[in-house]
Order: sequence, then structure tokens, then C-alpha cells
Amino acid sequence: MTRLPILKLALASLAAGTVISVLMLQIDWFGDAAATAAGPIDLLMDVTIVVSSYIFALVCVALGYALIKWRVQPGDEGDGLPIHGNTKLEVIWTVIPIIIVVALAGYSWAVLDDIENEDADRITVNVYSQQFAWTFGYPESGNKWSEGELHVPLDRQVDFQLHAQDVIHSFWVPEWRIKKDNVPGITTDAIVTPDEAGTYQLICTELCGAGHSTMRATVVVEPEAEYQKWVNGLSQNVPESLLLTADQALEIEKQIQEKEDGIEGTGVDET
Amino acid sequence: MAMAIRQPGWYRGAIGMVLGAAFGFGLVIALRAISGLELFQTEQTGYPHVIVPLITAPFGFLFGFGAFDYWFRWAAGKPTIPDDHSAHGAYRWQDYFKFNTDHKVIGIQYVVTTLCFFLIGGVLALLIRAELAQPGEQIVAANTYNGLFSTHAIVMIFLFIIPIFAGLANYVLPLMIGAPDMAFPRLNALSFWLLPIAGIVFLGSFLAPGGAFDAGWTGYAPLSTGAPLGQSFFNVGVQFAGASSIATALNFLVTIITMRAPGMNPWRMPLLVWANLSTSLLVVGATPFVAGAQFMVLFDRILGMNFFQFLEGGDVISYQHIFWFYSHPAVYIMMLPGFGIISEVISTHSRKPVFGYRLMALALIGIVVLSYSVWAHHMFVAGMFSWLRVPMMITTMLIAVPTGIKIFSWLGTLFYGKIHLYSTSMLFSLAFIITFVVGGISGVMLGMIPIDIHVSDTYFIVAHIHFVLFGGSVFTIFAGIYHWFPKMTGRMYDERLGRIHFWGTVVGTWMAFVPMHWIGMDGMPRRVADYASVYGDWNLFISVSAFLLGAVQLIFIYNMIVSWRFGPKAGNNPWRAHSIEWQVSSPPPVFNFDEIPRVVGGPYEYGTPGARHAIMGGETAPEELPEPEPATVTSPS
Repeated sequence: MTRLPILKLALASLAAGTVISVLMLQIDWFGDAAATAAGPIDLLMDVTIVVSSYIFALVCVALGYALIKWRVQPGDEGDGLPIHGNTKLEVIWTVIPIIIVVALAGYSWAVLDDIENEDADRITVNVYSQQFAWTFGYPESGNKWSEGELHVPLDRQVDFQLHAQDVIHSFWVPEWRIKKDNVPGITTDAIVTPDEAGTYQLICTELCGAGHSTMRATVVVEPEAEYQKWVNGLSQNVPESLLLTADQALEIEKQIQEKEDGIEGTGVDET
Repeated sequence: MAMAIRQPGWYRGAIGMVLGAAFGFGLVIALRAISGLELFQTEQTGYPHVIVPLITAPFGFLFGFGAFDYWFRWAAGKPTIPDDHSAHGAYRWQDYFKFNTDHKVIGIQYVVTTLCFFLIGGVLALLIRAELAQPGEQIVAANTYNGLFSTHAIVMIFLFIIPIFAGLANYVLPLMIGAPDMAFPRLNALSFWLLPIAGIVFLGSFLAPGGAFDAGWTGYAPLSTGAPLGQSFFNVGVQFAGASSIATALNFLVTIITMRAPGMNPWRMPLLVWANLSTSLLVVGATPFVAGAQFMVLFDRILGMNFFQFLEGGDVISYQHIFWFYSHPAVYIMMLPGFGIISEVISTHSRKPVFGYRLMALALIGIVVLSYSVWAHHMFVAGMFSWLRVPMMITTMLIAVPTGIKIFSWLGTLFYGKIHLYSTSMLFSLAFIITFVVGGISGVMLGMIPIDIHVSDTYFIVAHIHFVLFGGSVFTIFAGIYHWFPKMTGRMYDERLGRIHFWGTVVGTWMAFVPMHWIGMDGMPRRVADYASVYGDWNLFISVSAFLLGAVQLIFIYNMIVSWRFGPKAGNNPWRAHSIEWQVSSPPPVFNFDEIPRVVGGPYEYGTPGARHAIMGGETAPEELPEPEPATVTSPS
């Protein structure tokens, strides 16, 4: 039995992994970024892409080497070597992947804490969704209301309170990297700190019926002063019908929170 | 004629179906009349006079077709004619269209039926891609489009991938473990016949007022609870498909546990048997949840219950928990049998034992255990309890470990082997390894919450599921069909056409599904009939690739049909494999074995001179053959 050229295979995998990583990182995976969450998430993705590239390269090199080296000669009816396994090798390829995924999971957890960190001076915006339109309420500016167009101040954390009137919708601005479902019956929230002024698109990403693909809204990120001016210029207040369901939702939300606190705090479900 | 009507079969089945439908219809009308209600309730979530017959007509058909004759005779205390094997085995082509209890006939019934559904699902996919080739609405309206992708997914999942694995295993598994048939042959036949019924119910929804069910294959409430009538067809169809799946899994479990040939201890079972044991454990545990979820939706729709009605105190998110508690294990139900196939094919065609056999088997069990604890990773942005996310992320990512063990062990099997590439099944197995690694990696990315928050419900998800389901499951299905085609039909397929099919499928898969990762990350949501024009070029490219992928499948179908009829005789063991199914004739005799074989060693003892897996009946003095020492050569480090 010939010895495996371990060093050469390892070097080939490293080289191939490096080439694949470089090629993969050339692809502009995410497009534009316009919120503080984008930096850490994009970096996490890039790190994962590099790690994955090396794993993919290792598999390709091993498979390619085996095919070149042990492809059978025509007419050879013999069998391969009766190797049933190798405990050391099997332990290695169990333990190393565990280390890799636990490390990536820990890193992801850190990023998650980072992007969901709440600022003290955040403002709240209500996002109402129904088939197939978005409307927005600004509770800190006298509950003013806008339809189909969302304005938020630049460099200020926004806590979006998400409501749904009929079916599930989902709030996503790709440039912000943040998404959360609007769920009828409860209020969910999404935390975003826009850090790039401009006009973006809010996209519904949860199938909500025939008009799903057209359920969009315009998002304008502008400096604080312009934002205030725009909000003050709004004439309508949030309609009663929306507020009612939103209040009901808050009540349910409170109950859920209590239940959750019960589970987290005492280990006992109080219900 | 009068005779034919009394005998179980298609005539009596048709009459039974009509009577069943009439009974269901009459029951609803009578009850409504007694209650003083309007006879017909035609709110879009109502139609009880359609839904009840939709359930009773299939049962009427099954009664008439003969599915319950034996059990009824037995229950009624009539003589059951235990040695009557008239419904067993296929002697003419018509026997494939009967209630047949031979596992080999049922296996072929499954494979052929599910391949028909594969073609239907494929046509639906091409309609989707035709609509998406350009931004804007061209071919179908948005709600029709929603119906197309919903039925595409359901047909491919419930009527193709899950049951075709059941079909392949139905044919091969009893032979592999040296059993004369499955443990419950009549239940086995009933499981099969539930499947075309499910298919007709699903596809029948296209005829319902309001069109086919269009809330996605996930059918999230409350979109599904308020959807038109087609959604009820979905709820009912899932019950038939699910019952079929559960009954088959029970059958496999009992067969594997109790009917192995003497000497086949668990560590001598081929990995395909291990894989189906694991899959069956998932099916019996998880499938009742999807059935339950769909009953709850159906009750909300028709009986006015409030499981998911948020204005009446229902809980919207609980639907997703119940649904994914099945549907995440379901992706392993769609993958583990494929892992088994790959182990058989790679070992046979590299003439080497499977590397790390015991760890391979344990990895399957590890996946089973872990897969019950990851469902909520589909719900990271769904607004569920936030504390549930991190534990689910960790378990999700840990599933990569047993899966990685399998990938590395297959590679280890190739090393120091004698790799034959003449068989299309081997080509598909090797391509599967590469493609599945990509799908697995994107799966780990999706398990990471911050990345998932961004790419949830985008084309990245579509890319991932197609890499694991098409590049994963379907590649293994092709590998399995090519591998056991000679055994099932007694004839060889055309390897040259097989190669064309292989290369077309691999290239088409990568071309169609790789760009979906990019457009998804960049901002294209899934399940949309229309999209931003910046994604137009990539979508056109994807659509063209999808049509290429669809076209090469016709070569496969042609190859299968023509080779089945005219292919050269295969002989018993064209691949020189060791497992038991290859030691009998092709196709095997009706009762598989004249004498039950004795298992004397592992299934993959390639390279050990004189090593045997099994000693067939009629061979001399099995006791005198020494049990071969397991070779202890370790690979050099």
C-alpha cells in the first residue's frame, strides 16, 4: 500500500481553497449596505464563505485525487484494499467539524447580540401591514401617519413595531440586512440604525396573497432635521381602526412577555 | 360482467368511488337539511358538500378496489384463504394495475407513479420559470402563479421524492435483508394506492373555484385559513399522502426489526437498511404533526374553529411550530434514504468496504435525534420567542457534523479502491458528493441567525433547497434507479444515454441554481411573480438553464422505457456486488428465495478473498464455511 502524499494533498487543498475564497469574495454578495447591522453581518458572511471555500476545496481535492489515482484500468476485475476504517481519522473528522461549527455559532451569537443591541435614544415607528400595502405611524410625532412611504432619520436607532391586520407579512429592506415578520395578533419588532442617507425599497417577503410581489413601499433615510420637517408636514393621524388592533396586539404581546419571563426567570411556566 | 363487478378491481373500484362520493354528499346535504341550514354552503372556505365526498370517495374506491377485502373477511369471521396468493406477483403487465401485495410489484408501481409525478412537477417548474424569465407578468396572473409554485413544491415533495424512496426501498430492502416480502404486504399495497389518490386530490385543486391552493407548500395560517376552496384540497391531500408515508414507515420498521435473515445482526445490515430504519423513525414520529396541522387548518376553514384565528384568540405562530416540527425532519426523510443509496453505489463501484461503517450507521441515528430539535430555525424572523433562536442555531449547525462524517467516509471509501466509472449510478453518486457539499454549506449559513435574518424568504433559500433536494435527493434517486434498474427489469440500460443524462443534469443543476444564491442575497424575495428589473438577466439565464435541465430528463425517461423493453439481458449481478439482492435472479422470483439465505459477514467485504456476505439456500453446508476474519488493515496516516 502506497503512502498518501498527505503534505501535497494538504497544500493542494489550501491552494485551491485560497483561489476559491478569492473568487467567491469577488462576488458582490450583498449589494449596497445602509445600516449599522450590515457591517458585522457582511463580515460574518465573508468569514463563513472563506471557511466554506476551504472545506469545499478539501472535498474536491480528495475526490479528484482519488479519481486520478485509483480509477481502474480497463479489464481490471480486482477489488480495492479491504480497509474498514481508521479510528484516528474518524475522530479527527468528527471533532474538527464540531470545533468549526461551534466557533461559527459563537461568532453568530456575538453578531446577533451586537445587531440587536438597543440604544437609549432610539425612536419608535409603527409599521402596519395589510394585503397589499404598508403604512407607517410615528408615535413620537403625535401619531402622524404616512401611506406607502417611510421616512427615518439618519444615524438614529429606530425600533420598528410591526403589526399585521390580516395575514403574515414580512418587513425587509435589503440594504439594512434586517427582516422580521409582521404577525397578526401580536406585535413584533425590528431594530435598525440606518447609516446611509438615500431612498430604498421596503419589500414584503412573506407570501401574503395575489398581490405579494407588488407589496412594496419607499423608504427615505434623511438627516434628522429634514425628517422632523417631513413628519411635521404630515396631515393625517393613524386611523382608529389600526390603533385598535394594535392595542389588542400589545395586550397579547404583554401576556406572551409575561409567559416568557416566567419561563426565563423561574423555570416555571406560570400559565 | 356481473362477475367482474363482484370481484375486487377497477369496475368495483369505480362503483365504490361513486357510492362513496354519493354517501358523503348525501350525508352533508341531509345533515344540513335536518339542521335547517341552507343546503349548499359556498363561502370560499366552506363547501362541505365537496370536501366530505373528497374524503369518502377515495375510501369507496379503496373498498371497491379490494384494499380491505381480506381484513373485512377476517374481522367478520369468514374464512380468509391464507394460501391464496392470487393477488401476489406480476405475471402480465395488467398485474401492475391491481391491488398487488408483492413488494417488488409495489416497488415498481411506486417508482413509475412517482416518476410520472416528477414529470408533472417538472412541467409546473418550467411554467414558473417561463413566467420568471422576464420581469413583469407575461404568462400567468399572480394568483395562478402562486398556485403553480405551491403545487410544484407539493408534487415534488409529497408525490415524488418521499414516495420514490419508499418505492426503491420497497423493491430492494426485503431482498437485501433476506426476507420473502415486507412484514405487512396488504398494508404495503394500501400505502401505495393512497398515493395516486393524494396526487389526484392535489392536482384536482386546479379545478376548484378560485384555483389551486396558493398559500405555498408551507400553507401558513392565516393566509391558508382564509384561502379559496383549493386549500381544503391541500389539507385533505396531505392526509392521504401522510397516511401512505406513515403506514410504509411502520411496515419498514417491523420488516427491518423482525424479518432479517439469520445471521444478519445490526452491524451486518447494508447501510441502505440503516438509512431506511432511520427514515422510518422520522416518518412515524414527525408526519402525524403535519397531518395534525392540516386538520387544524381544515377545521378552522370548515367548522369555524379558532386554532389560528387571531381575532378569536387563536395563535398564528403555533401553526409554524407544528408544521416545521414535521417539515424539518421531512428534509431528512428526503435525504437519509439517498445517503443509503450512495453508500451502496460507492462501495460497489470502488470495490471497497464502506469506510467507517459503524460511524456511518451511527451518524444516521445522530441525524435522526438532532433533526427533531432544529425545527425553529425556519422561524428565526417569524416573531417567535427570541430565546428559542440560539439553541436552535447550535443544534442546526451541529447536524453538519454527522453529515460531514458521511461525506468524508464516502471519500475515504474511494481511497485505495478500484474505482469504476462506467456506471451512470456511480457518476451521479460522485456528483452528489460535490453538489451536496454546496447545499450543506449554504444550510450551515442559513443556520447562522444573522445571515438567516437577511436571506430568509429570498431566492437564497430557493437556491439552498434546490441544491439539497435536486442536487442532493434527486441525484441519489437517479443513482438508485440506475443502480437497481438491472435488478428490477432484468435488463441493462444504455450507459451512453445515461452519461448524456448525467452531464446535462449536473450542468443544468449548477447553472439553474447557483445564480439564485446571488440574486437572493442581493434582494430578490422568493414566491414572487414579478421582480425588480435588475434581476432580469440572471432570471433569464436561470430559466434557460431550467429548460435545459428539464429537456435532459426526457432522455432519462426514453432510456428507461426503451431499455426496459429492449435492453440486453442483465444477468443476476452485473455490478458484482455482495449484498443479497444481487445473489438472486433479475428480476427475482415471486417469493424472492426458495430458502432463506444465511448471513455470515458484513455486506461490503470487497478485497477480502473468500469473504461472503450471505450463503444462499441450496449452497453446501453453510456451517462449515469459516466466518472470515474482518480485515484489520488500517489506512496509512
